Amino acid sequence: MANAAAVILVVEDDPPIGRFLRAALDANGYRVLEAATCAKAMMLFNQMAPDAVILDLGMPDCDGMEVVRHIRRLAGTPILIVSARGHERGKIEALDAGADDYLTKPFGIGELLARLRVALRRPIRMDEPSEGMVTVGDITVKPDSREVTVAGRQVHLTPHEYRLLMVLLRHAGKVLTHKQLLKEVWGVGYGFETHYVRIYMNQLRKKIEPAPSQPRYIYTEIGVGYRFNAED
Amino acid sequence: MVSTHDPQRPDPDALLLQIKKQEESQRRGKLKIFFGASAGVGKTYAMLEDARKRAMDGVRVLVGYAEPHIRPETEALLLGMDILAYKIIEYNGTTLKEFDLDAAIEKAPELILVDELAHTNAPGMRHTKRWQDVAELLAAGIDVYTTLNVQHLESVNDIVERATGVKVKETLPDSVFQSADEVQLVDLPPEKLIERLEEGKIYAPDRAAAALRHFFSMGNLLALRELALRRTADRINQDIDTLRQGHAAAKASAVSERIMVCVGPSPFSANLVRTAARMAAAWKAPWIAVYVEVQTSSGLSEAARQRVTRTLNLAEQLGGEVVTLAGVSADVEIIAYAQRRHVARIIVGKPAVRGWRRWLHRSFVDRLIQRSGDINLELIREDADRTSTAPLRSETERWDLRGLTWAFAIAGFNTALGIILCHVLGLSNINVIMFYLLGVIWISARYSRFVGTMTAVVSVALFDFTVVPPYYSFAVSDTQYLLTFAAMMATGIYISMLATRLRRQELLARSRQQHVEMLLKSSRELIVCSDHKTLLKVSVEHVAEFFASPAGVILLGPAGRPVVAHASPDLVLDDKELGVADWVIRHGEKAGAGTSTLPSARAIYLPLKGVRSTLGALCLIPATSAQLTYPEQMRTVESFAAQMAMAFERIMLSEESQRAWEQTEREVLRNTLLSAVSHDLRTPLAAITGAATSLLQAGDVLTAEIREYLLHTIAQESMRMERLIGKLLDMTRLEAGETRVARELFDVGEVIVSAVDRWRQNDQHRAFKLDIADSLPQVSGDPLLIEQVLSNLIENAMEHAPSESPIEIQAMTRGSMVLIRVMDRGPGLPPHDTQRIFEKFFRGGANASRSAGLGLGLAICRAIMQLHQGSISARNRDGGGAEFQVLLPTLTG
Repeated sequence: MANAAAVILVVEDDPPIGRFLRAALDANGYRVLEAATCAKAMMLFNQMAPDAVILDLGMPDCDGMEVVRHIRRLAGTPILIVSARGHERGKIEALDAGADDYLTKPFGIGELLARLRVALRRPIRMDEPSEGMVTVGDITVKPDSREVTVAGRQVHLTPHEYRLLMVLLRHAGKVLTHKQLLKEVWGVGYGFETHYVRIYMNQLRKKIEPAPSQPRYIYTEIGVGYRFNAED
Repeated sequence: MVSTHDPQRPDPDALLLQIKKQEESQRRGKLKIFFGASAGVGKTYAMLEDARKRAMDGVRVLVGYAEPHIRPETEALLLGMDILAYKIIEYNGTTLKEFDLDAAIEKAPELILVDELAHTNAPGMRHTKRWQDVAELLAAGIDVYTTLNVQHLESVNDIVERATGVKVKETLPDSVFQSADEVQLVDLPPEKLIERLEEGKIYAPDRAAAALRHFFSMGNLLALRELALRRTADRINQDIDTLRQGHAAAKASAVSERIMVCVGPSPFSANLVRTAARMAAAWKAPWIAVYVEVQTSSGLSEAARQRVTRTLNLAEQLGGEVVTLAGVSADVEIIAYAQRRHVARIIVGKPAVRGWRRWLHRSFVDRLIQRSGDINLELIREDADRTSTAPLRSETERWDLRGLTWAFAIAGFNTALGIILCHVLGLSNINVIMFYLLGVIWISARYSRFVGTMTAVVSVALFDFTVVPPYYSFAVSDTQYLLTFAAMMATGIYISMLATRLRRQELLARSRQQHVEMLLKSSRELIVCSDHKTLLKVSVEHVAEFFASPAGVILLGPAGRPVVAHASPDLVLDDKELGVADWVIRHGEKAGAGTSTLPSARAIYLPLKGVRSTLGALCLIPATSAQLTYPEQMRTVESFAAQMAMAFERIMLSEESQRAWEQTEREVLRNTLLSAVSHDLRTPLAAITGAATSLLQAGDVLTAEIREYLLHTIAQESMRMERLIGKLLDMTRLEAGETRVARELFDVGEVIVSAVDRWRQNDQHRAFKLDIADSLPQVSGDPLLIEQVLSNLIENAMEHAPSESPIEIQAMTRGSMVLIRVMDRGPGLPPHDTQRIFEKFFRGGANASRSAGLGLGLAICRAIMQLHQGSISARNRDGGGAEFQVLLPTLTG
């Protein structure tokens, strides 16, 4: 593993879950920092500058949101939200505030490790698209000429579709909420016309997905937003 | 009438009645009346003495009201007793001291003393009469001691008047006296009484002389004393009878012959009623007071109408049954009704018609006698000099100017016609008679009998004057014409009589028809009301419309306070009015304007009496103060109130049974839930526990393969449990109404793909065939909930269909809706349960026991679809398998 000694901050107040996370992460070669309160989480983040944060939103001493905001003020460190079922609002709020991904309790450890891997890889990609060409699976994009090819076949994208695709690529692996996509693609003046996103996403899928009914690249997170899957 | 049962055996009904009465009186307070022949015999003294004895026995005694001008030796008895303060009423500049009923009830003594039972309360008090106050005290379970003089008894009112020449205004219904638990006669020989009066022991000396002259003459006192003794003796007889009935010798006459008294607008009717009451009491017979409305009441003068109402009220107070009949002729109606009710004796006033009219006109009594058959008639002489000369018919009927004008105009026109016919055309004057008669008919059909008769008279005169020789003179040359005149006059008058009667009948029929129609209409409308809100609305509108006055319904609110449940917009009730309504609801009797309880109220309040309790009060503000004094109007309101109460009760009962049904339904559900939870949640838990403990205890010994298998079990069963708990939570939230539907636009295709994706990861081998139409409209709703629906449907299909068969999902536009179909090739739905599968905890299919669900999945689907104003249905597919259809409304819908 390229970054074998990646440091993960686990913010979780429930001891059994904390223990099981630590065991799984240890076993997979990560270094684990544990915090059972928000205060300790923020302190540890300041001191140790971890590579990623796994954060349970339901902390006893404060709203998990504060931790998200605290981290985002300081750095772009990937944040994985862990939330209980039925707390969709908090989840979306956290994603809007800059969290990268979420998992709903209970979750399998395989799922968690996969998400963590994607999150840790992502920041590297962030500065890259300037290099002339971006390739994900069958999709190739030339930012200079705005040329998009899927499996060697050139596709025509409208300006909005193109911008949408670029935003997704830039944040590949990260869950983007409808609101975030609106802001990124249409601009700051938009905030509630989330059905625009759906309509354009539908068009985009038809153009780049090999089988739209079984998406390969663009995953829907129902009620939340979309995620671009760069993995195979 | 013949009694068929053994006279030695007590009548079971009578016994039952007695027991009932006893039970009732156990809850009610006891009434003891200290009864005397006149003032000054020492009733109050006797009452106080008795009360002191009771107080010494430890009874809590309260002196509720003692006459303010009390005598010294009586005053001494009051010392040391608990005395209630008077209620001070200012009325027309004078200060009146009254009994404070509310304060008395609040103090709740065991025994209360209230002097002068026949007293009339000051205006503005709750009841018009003190005995009504006493009735309320008794109902509150308080024993009452009171005093009464014989001349105040309603049924002897006329005798007293005849014997003493003094008309007593304050009267007491005999029923109150009859129902007293104990009557103690306080007697003093007249000589002693006069002695005491002269000594100034009863009234102050100046008033004593006047009293002596007016009332306390030896003759009067003797008569009153006799009356008092007789009434007391009657009561003793009555007590003995009650005792005997209970023991053995129920007398055959207990089911005695009914007496009927005919009431008319004559002022003498009141005396008739009193006579009937006395007779009935003597023979222990039930009695009925009957009034026949021959013409509409509007044909009677206001005074006459009020007299009838008063007389009927009097009869009711005296314990008679009151019946108002309507018909063409009084005698026919009375006899028919008497036969129907097995009346043995009819009491009628002997009319004071004298002279020639007696011969010309067969009286009502004559006709009654002719028809009466085997019914006895009792004729009571009317007091000629006291029969009021007040006209029975309205004045307007007599001097109808418009009618008279028409009468003269018609007669004039006929005369002109006659002149032309006879003098110009030379025709016989016989023809003219026909025209005159036509005129009389025309006038009679429209105007009163008086006008009709006038037309006949004028016609004859003009006929004589113009066309009978010698012309233009009232003289008659041919005596034969006198016969013509007589015949013409008689025919005219008779026709006018007939026409008038016809018209009256028509009016009467119309008014009765209105009454019946109103009740019919309202009963039709009330019967279709299925909830009490509509019922209130319908009935209030109905009453308000019929009486053309504001109406409302008052119910007891949550805090036991009266609340206007529904009212016409123009009905405004202040606290005082609501207080009246409160009283009506609590006592189940009418009150307010036009009644004897709280008559100063603006509105009349009628209780809505159900079988078990009074449900509320109907309130009506009469348009004119006289409106509700018409018996037929009052009857209509009362019938309506009764009808309404019935409808009300019906709805309340059905709502109650609905609630009871829901309650049992909830019980059943809770039990099913408990067993489902205990069984279904324990099964995976058992598997997990088993696997985990095996690993813990024998982890080293087990082969890697078995260890792997056990670990898989733990993981899988945990996920299964998570799904179960999730569904329980969802269902609970949906049922509690906690789930709010996030209204946003979303793409159905996306949701389907996402739901399929969830299950695809669980079962890699399962094939899904998706067919999502292009350009589906966006749907408004909560995408997470819709995904849940689809996910549940897919889970359901995966459970039931063999793993190699594909699951097909289609989405298409169907009108203004989006239709989603989820289809499998499983065993299909149980044939008779295609609807029941959506019920909670219903588990269909052969492998029901092994299925992963609680039987909640489809119930959740249905609940979510209801939240979305969509629908879900299921059917069996051709070629096997089940198909579920989900219809979601789109924005265009």
